[in-house]
Amino acid sequence: MPPETTAPAQDVIHNIGYRNYSGARLGRAYARRSLFSQSLRGAYGLGRSAKSKVLPMILLGVMCVPAAIMVAVAVTTKMNDLPVAYTRYAILLQAVIGLYLASQAPQSVSRDLRFKTVPLYFSRPIERVDYVAAKFAAMASALFLLTAVPLLILYVGALLAKLDFADQTKGFAQGLVSVALLSLLFAGLGLVVAALTPRRGFGVAAVIAVLTISYGAVSTVQGIALARDNTDAISWLGLFSPITLIDGVQTAFLSATSAFPGGHGPGTGTGVVYVLVLLAVIAGSFGLLMRRYRKAGL
Amino acid sequence: MIATESLSKRFPRVTALDRLSVDITPGVTGLVGANGAGKSTLIKILLGLSPATEGRASVLGLDVATEGAAIRERVGYMPEHDCLPPDVSATEFVVHMARMSGLPATAARERTADTLRHVGLYEERYRPMGGYSTGMKQRVKLAQALVHDPRLVLLDEPTNGLDPVGRDEMLGLIRRVHTDFGISVLVTSHLLGELERTCDHVVVIDGGKLLRSSSTDDFTQSTGSLAVEVTDSDARPDGTAALLAALAGAGLTVRPAGRTADGAPVSGRVLLVDVLDESTYDTVRDAVTDLGLGLVRMEQRRHRIAEVFRDEDPAATAPAGPADPAGGGWGAGHQWAAAAQRDEQNGGAPDAA
Repeated sequence: MPPETTAPAQDVIHNIGYRNYSGARLGRAYARRSLFSQSLRGAYGLGRSAKSKVLPMILLGVMCVPAAIMVAVAVTTKMNDLPVAYTRYAILLQAVIGLYLASQAPQSVSRDLRFKTVPLYFSRPIERVDYVAAKFAAMASALFLLTAVPLLILYVGALLAKLDFADQTKGFAQGLVSVALLSLLFAGLGLVVAALTPRRGFGVAAVIAVLTISYGAVSTVQGIALARDNTDAISWLGLFSPITLIDGVQTAFLSATSAFPGGHGPGTGTGVVYVLVLLAVIAGSFGLLMRRYRKAGL
Repeated sequence: MIATESLSKRFPRVTALDRLSVDITPGVTGLVGANGAGKSTLIKILLGLSPATEGRASVLGLDVATEGAAIRERVGYMPEHDCLPPDVSATEFVVHMARMSGLPATAARERTADTLRHVGLYEERYRPMGGYSTGMKQRVKLAQALVHDPRLVLLDEPTNGLDPVGRDEMLGLIRRVHTDFGISVLVTSHLLGELERTCDHVVVIDGGKLLRSSSTDDFTQSTGSLAVEVTDSDARPDGTAALLAALAGAGLTVRPAGRTADGAPVSGRVLLVDVLDESTYDTVRDAVTDLGLGLVRMEQRRHRIAEVFRDEDPAATAPAGPADPAGGGWGAGHQWAAAAQRDEQNGGAPDAA
């Protein structure tokens, strides 16, 4: 800073004077990108206080450590295949993903609502759809980063262990498609739930509740169905919780082994319904967010 | 700058704006009205965020209905309510807001440093905003409205919640936004007294209707009257009466101050003297000296906007005469509407006697 800053206010202003800005104004698309990058960085605590970096970074670490261990084991013991399939990894670590979503989705939207920053955004060139799209895309990208990095570790490790290249690449690609869908689905659900309340604590609790209660209920009913040998019901019940929805889609189309009780995942016919429901939920959460911000303007 | 033409906004149960037609020229314009008069609704429409029920409006020559985004790129807005996240610093926040207005990253940082300095935030701008005083928060809010160098800023109640000194500083800053920065200002308030010192032009709305729109000079032409207060002495137990007689004898028009515009009692010791020319001051001074009294104060007062409106009201026949320190604050006597009297901040002004 120039030394004038220590002088009394009037002097500084008098000395320096006001400068007009005649440079570029990059408009709406640029503003949307700026909001996206700010939100994505914020989802990992970048550009925020040191304290807010702790949790997302720990969770990212927790996501990667099992992958690293598996790779180490696969390389040293010269296995013929990875101990866990690419598509299965996110299902196994769903609790970590849920925790991350619960901590960061409210951070992304509740803060703007709580501190009434939203009107400032809407008094600028961006429109409601830009705000929602930027927040949605940022949350989905953050989740994709969280779920794709461990897959990348697995893939690189598999190649180092000299496993079959074609096999591994196909599996890795399928895994990426699966976590991309998972990221979109979770981002949508997390943001809708978090945007309901300006209170961050409620948002965290509500996101965790939505994810765990739905999964717990679906698993329990599926267990009962298995005990009664009603395998058809098992494959349909998976529609009712986010993680089983993803499981069903990848079982039907991404050659994954289902984590449903007894491994009774949906076939191709039922799988189409899974995909339709998945897309409908993603689109529906975008629509709900748009509705949510209709009133949150100025 | 801003032109509206029979602009109306109706909600299912209330009419917020009722065929409002105003033409606002460059400069500092005050928009005055009681709470619920339609000020915020008007700002929303002007930013292109809320469609008008009928009528048209244009800002900087751009139609609010079709070119809202272009308007918002060239206009700054400072909301009435708190809008600052407490865990980020003023610099980070204003940089982000500058980028949201379309400024490239480098320009956003430079403009932020400049703008924060202009509004009077120095070292504290690196600290989280949660620890700021109300005055500092208002400055940050003003800075984020100015950071993209708009041609017009809309300030919604910028002096809300500030103490008298803070209000003065904020009003001075608003004045400078126009004089030094060359940015036109539309500032809303429910206090006329504030605006008469800051604005070139005042628009008064009530119940969504235009009450009056004219330049501040028209409102506050000097009445050329002088408030005088004296002490008593042993020789003259009633100094005020003695001075009244003496001044009347000297050919001046003198009357007791009576009551303020809004009926609040004023000390009976204050006399109002009509100023004819420069010599009037000497006459008063000499009269006081001759009587051997102590002069407590002698100050010029001029019409306040509040009185102008009061005078138009046939019911208000009480002799107008708030005895505020001239050029000073904005005492209860400046409050325009009864609805505004709850503003206790204002009541703390140095209303004399």
